[in-house]
Amino acid sequence: MSAQFLQFLFSGITVGAIYALVGVGFSVIYNSSNVINFAQGEFVMIGGMATVFLSAAGVPLPLAIILAVLAAVIIGYLVEKLAIEPAKGSSVVNLIIITIGVSIFLRGLAQVVFDRNFHSLKAFSGTEPIQIAGASITTQSLWVIGGLVIATLVLGWFFNRTLTGKAMLATSYNKDAAKLVGINTGRILQLSFMIAAFLGAVSGILIAPIALTYANVGVMLGLKGFCAAMVGGLGNPMAAIAGGLLVGVAEALTAGYLSSAYKDAVAFIIILLVLFFMPSGLFGRKEVDKV
Amino acid sequence: MLLEIKSLSASYGSIKALFDVNIEVAEGELVTLVGANGAGKTTIMKVISGIQRASGGSVEFAGKNITRLAAEKRVRLGISQVPEGRQLFTPMSVHDNLCLGAFTRNDANTKCDLDEIYEQFPILFERKDQPAGTLSGGEQQMVAIGRALMARPKLLLLDEPSMGLSPLLVDQTFATIKKLAKQGTTIFLVEQNAYMALSIADRGYVLEGGHTTISGTGDELMSDERVKNAYLGV
Repeated sequence: MSAQFLQFLFSGITVGAIYALVGVGFSVIYNSSNVINFAQGEFVMIGGMATVFLSAAGVPLPLAIILAVLAAVIIGYLVEKLAIEPAKGSSVVNLIIITIGVSIFLRGLAQVVFDRNFHSLKAFSGTEPIQIAGASITTQSLWVIGGLVIATLVLGWFFNRTLTGKAMLATSYNKDAAKLVGINTGRILQLSFMIAAFLGAVSGILIAPIALTYANVGVMLGLKGFCAAMVGGLGNPMAAIAGGLLVGVAEALTAGYLSSAYKDAVAFIIILLVLFFMPSGLFGRKEVDKV
Repeated sequence: MLLEIKSLSASYGSIKALFDVNIEVAEGELVTLVGANGAGKTTIMKVISGIQRASGGSVEFAGKNITRLAAEKRVRLGISQVPEGRQLFTPMSVHDNLCLGAFTRNDANTKCDLDEIYEQFPILFERKDQPAGTLSGGEQQMVAIGRALMARPKLLLLDEPSMGLSPLLVDQTFATIKKLAKQGTTIFLVEQNAYMALSIADRGYVLEGGHTTISGTGDELMSDERVKNAYLGV
């Protein structure tokens, strides 16, 4: 493995980890409502921007991060409560259009509350890169990858071991049956928006020191996260993680070996190929149903 | 009365599915509702469990009017439904399906006591780690009944438990229902297989065109000429 390839791989995994976290948010909400939440990218933006502005105001970084994540989770809750819940019973397409409206609204609001400029966050633990086999990786990349690993473990535990997690899965498999065992499916949808906002905000904060953050940063990151979820197979949070890493690495390799001009096209080419040949995604949910 | 349905109506859009339905179920009884396909049997079940809204009339449970109550809250009051077509969480294990049945119980997470269910349905113990969707139809029906029982219901609603089962499994399923009734579970059973249903029921109702027409004890209905002609094929 050449040092150059390793270098591209590192940057691919880093950005892929971010796509993965955003993608999981898409999957979690899709699972409880069949809705694609196009405001997912805005949670990323809120996380990054709120942290930048809080720490600029003198709040110590760890506290700023906690407050920013908390703010995003509250906004996630409010989005469900104020925009999705009143439209309960509408078709899925209507709900998706509502999330597009929410996305535009949040971006506009951010330009008023924050500003229209580009911002960078200080790296969490210095800028001295680490050398591995001739390639270098920044400590911030390690933060990003570590964040993804922790999120994966926690989500795995949540869905497989806790009653609330199982209730969320049950709701995604059969909503009426979930109601019949006493699961409040409305509450599950609220929770899924809060989890999605949490993951989005965390990824927005982790990536802010590497890429710049600004009021519209969520547009492209949201779309890439959507690609991650689609490539992996919508409705399977763990598959979104694999999808995110795949898209990220493919992007980095294309940018490195071909041209960075094609970088953004890669994700969408992958999504087209997957939809043509494996419409339910690479790791799409296998239906095990016997009548 | 544990369950009291008075002049209930329900519709899908502008189509009236039920009108003037009157049903009573006392504690400890096994009551059945028979009727042809499309008579509205499943709609009644959905209205009792809260999945479908009533457009008129009332549903009372243990003296409380629950006509407008959300489905998940009715489970907490003690109404548990085995839905038509079983509706399991097919990719999840048998064990998880059963445990989710206890969702409303406060001790659900710490104590998923499946011993009683496994004693009732020993085959499910052997299959407990398999995805529920990979089980045979009869086994899936046992999971569906077991899941409903995990909520420790005061009233068990069974919607077409014989649907899609082989004759042997139908006999087994009805033997299970009879056993549950003997153990004191109050059961409201909806069935297309009128003969089987009426032969184990204390009382029965006939539903025709979305409307309850004839009622009586199981034996009375079995010897009623109209029922015989229309539903028993004798």
